[in-house]
Amino acid sequence: MSVGMPALDQGVLARRDEIVAALRRIVPGEGVIATEREMRPYESDGLTAYRQLPLVVVLPGTTAQVSQVLRWCFENGVKVVPRGAGTSLSGGALPLGDGVLLGMGKFNKVRRIDFADRVAVVEPGVTNLAITRAVEHAGFYYAPDPSSQIACTIGGNIAENSGGVHCLKYGLTTNNVLGCELVLITGDVVRLGGGHLDAGGYDLLGVVTGSEGLLGVVTEVTVRILQKPETARALLLGFETPEAAGDCVGKIIAAGIIPGGMEMMDRLATAAVEEFVHAGYPLDVEAILIVELDGPRAECDHLVETVSAIARDCGAVTVRVSASEEERLLFWAGRKAAFPAVGRISPDYYCMDGTIPRARLPYVLQRTRELSEQYGLRCANVFHAGDGNLHPLILYDANDADQLARAEAFGADILRLCVEVGGVLTGEHGVGVEKRDLMPSMFSQIDLAHQQRLKCAFDQKGLLNPGKVFPVLSTCAELGRMHVSAGRLPFPDIPRF
Amino acid sequence: MTAPLVPRDAAEVEEAVRWALGAGKTLEVTGRGSKRTLGRPAQTDATLDLSALAGVTLYEPRELVLSARAATPIAAIAALVAENGQELAFEPMDCSALLGGPAREGTLGGVLATNLSGPRRIKAGAARDHFLGFSAVSGRGETFKAGGRVVKNVTGYDLSKLMAGSFGTLAAMTEVTIKTLPRAETEASVLLLGLAPEAAVPAMAAAMGSPFEVSGAAHLPAGVAARTGVPGLPDGKAVTALRLEGVGPSVAHRRDGLLGLLAPHGTRECLAVEASRQLWGAIRDVTPFATRGEPDADRPVWRISTAPSRGAELAAMIAGADEAEVLLDWAGGLVWAAVAPSADAGAATVRAATAHCGGHATLIRASAAVRAAVDVFEPQRGPLAVLTRRVKESFDPRGVLCPGRMWVGV
Repeated sequence: MSVGMPALDQGVLARRDEIVAALRRIVPGEGVIATEREMRPYESDGLTAYRQLPLVVVLPGTTAQVSQVLRWCFENGVKVVPRGAGTSLSGGALPLGDGVLLGMGKFNKVRRIDFADRVAVVEPGVTNLAITRAVEHAGFYYAPDPSSQIACTIGGNIAENSGGVHCLKYGLTTNNVLGCELVLITGDVVRLGGGHLDAGGYDLLGVVTGSEGLLGVVTEVTVRILQKPETARALLLGFETPEAAGDCVGKIIAAGIIPGGMEMMDRLATAAVEEFVHAGYPLDVEAILIVELDGPRAECDHLVETVSAIARDCGAVTVRVSASEEERLLFWAGRKAAFPAVGRISPDYYCMDGTIPRARLPYVLQRTRELSEQYGLRCANVFHAGDGNLHPLILYDANDADQLARAEAFGADILRLCVEVGGVLTGEHGVGVEKRDLMPSMFSQIDLAHQQRLKCAFDQKGLLNPGKVFPVLSTCAELGRMHVSAGRLPFPDIPRF
Repeated sequence: MTAPLVPRDAAEVEEAVRWALGAGKTLEVTGRGSKRTLGRPAQTDATLDLSALAGVTLYEPRELVLSARAATPIAAIAALVAENGQELAFEPMDCSALLGGPAREGTLGGVLATNLSGPRRIKAGAARDHFLGFSAVSGRGETFKAGGRVVKNVTGYDLSKLMAGSFGTLAAMTEVTIKTLPRAETEASVLLLGLAPEAAVPAMAAAMGSPFEVSGAAHLPAGVAARTGVPGLPDGKAVTALRLEGVGPSVAHRRDGLLGLLAPHGTRECLAVEASRQLWGAIRDVTPFATRGEPDADRPVWRISTAPSRGAELAAMIAGADEAEVLLDWAGGLVWAAVAPSADAGAATVRAATAHCGGHATLIRASAAVRAAVDVFEPQRGPLAVLTRRVKESFDPRGVLCPGRMWVGV
């Protein structure tokens, strides 16, 4: 796969030794990695089709070091790419050949847990799952649960505004983060929010969350922790058509029920999973739906009955309710293994991530089938049905250049289709480099310029993670120009008194 | 002062801002004016009155989504979604009790621009958490959009968050999209009676740390509780209230669980659905501190966000110094304080309290003279103040939209 990145700054490349030496003065010892062999693990993130060695890798261990590194880069005009665990599926942490890769892995401590205020204060390199592990002994957990939660870090979750299977009910990262310490490219350190709700002033925390490392580097995070639901039960539902499954989702929500999780898989995905995990999924249906209800026991029992009735009403041919915690986890085991299961039936797969209004699901699946035939590639569909987040998995063989090109074109068509039906290019994986050039299909030049000017407010020189998110790099001076015409009083034909 | 500009549609909003840019004028952006006195007093040449931009443009209950023109009254939206068993889960407050003016006048755009959320904030999130997308005209006189109509969306910066709580200083929103959610079938409240704030806060923390899904946790000292006018509240006693919402069997089950959990904290009572609704409506709208209709004689009111465990201490610091009355919402994390009128509306005391306990304070009600003289929003310093100003300038480089409403120049 290829994507145009900013032209290499030859001046910076020529100063490499000087840059390495300067970084070593700030982060002594093994915190600066400059040999090709040792930098190799950093050449890509979870989107492995794109690879690039960085200029140099620096692994600071304190906020002061992060601040000094960024200030030095700012003063010397050197680009910086921040990186957490490197699990991004959109190339958000793809290095630049003329940029410093700033790895935040040393920030791996849980600093403070406060059960009375229901918050945890952690360093950005702490993994998503480690937050839950640190608080679960007291019956608490951290709600967003992206599939990569065992490896991905909370710093990366903020950069990508990560979701998970429970976000319809419990929200995305942005709804569960209360504050952060942020180092700007100038080296200045600001605190946004904290232990209280609703940071005062502009909601800068809200825009930093999901900003894909373009606005600043997070060095501390305060997250909200929740008490675990008293109980959880799952229903496994099978339908003869995807339309019936989609209808069932709509009717559950129309009945006033917000399930903890609601996941759909099509026949191809179900078959791949069943062969891999033996979760007991029905193989004679076109779509399966897993609906999880969580909360107080009395409520779960009540809602399980309601949802079962709705499912039968929608023509479900399989209705199974988990009778034990083991069975509930088995229902989920299949869904959670969906990506690796698909990986077993194809040499490679390309995971897409659009979101659509749920009601358009049958149309989108139909069009996806047509595109699948057109491109001659199979496509398995895994769908966060509750929130409309679609993960079509395009099956291809990367050793066949033509298949790779077709997979990319197929994927882009699916994402344009998502936008066409009122949805968006990415629900949780981020724009990164992967969807960067599709941004104009969703946003006008004026829309994008307003976003880019916000970046200018944080990063005047455009040094933080350039080449990601925005298809055209403009200087802040160009973006700031204004053309004002002389002031004719508007719509003079209407009375104003 | 030029006559108000009353655009009929989004294109005319753009025209109005372009006029202001060309003529070197500044604009106060208003909807129906119910929150006009929030913030520093307007220092503008003309009013951009968006009240004609009203009407729901999309509502799909099954998709949990609603779009409306920015000045659509909240009351109309609440009625529409209620017909489908839904609500705006962040519980938008009606400011009329505090600020005066007719009730139920607030608009959706106004609620989002001020990011004011009610008691359910602690469970369901703030207005900003339910704000999915918008169209607006920036201070550059350009129409732009951000976000979308789906809940799960990470395409580009989340500018909806930035618009929420920006008080019209970045852009004039013309159309907004929000999430709607099912409304609870029923509710009940468990009350603890006669606690001091420092005893109420740990009790509320215990309730919030339980699996009983408490959707409101507030403490009203005796005098404040009496003025809610809710029938059935015991006379002369402080009330610590915990709300449970959901389907009938679930509420009953959790009420019993909570009564057991809170036994060590003191005398308990229950409030049934009707009285519970009234009580939480009064807490949401802060009716115990209602205006007497004389803005200059009214007690100034502050809204202070802090860590819940510091709420009682912060309230005591303010009450001790300024004969203030307080009301604690958000399990202690939101302190409403009505203080004795003075030249600085108690700002010195309040700012000292937030400096000590953490958090931020907003002066919600005070005379225009006081709001011009003291910081209405928590003062910002150093790099954060610089960043705030740069964000303002990135959307509104000439300072056309509500300049100075939040801080000098912002």
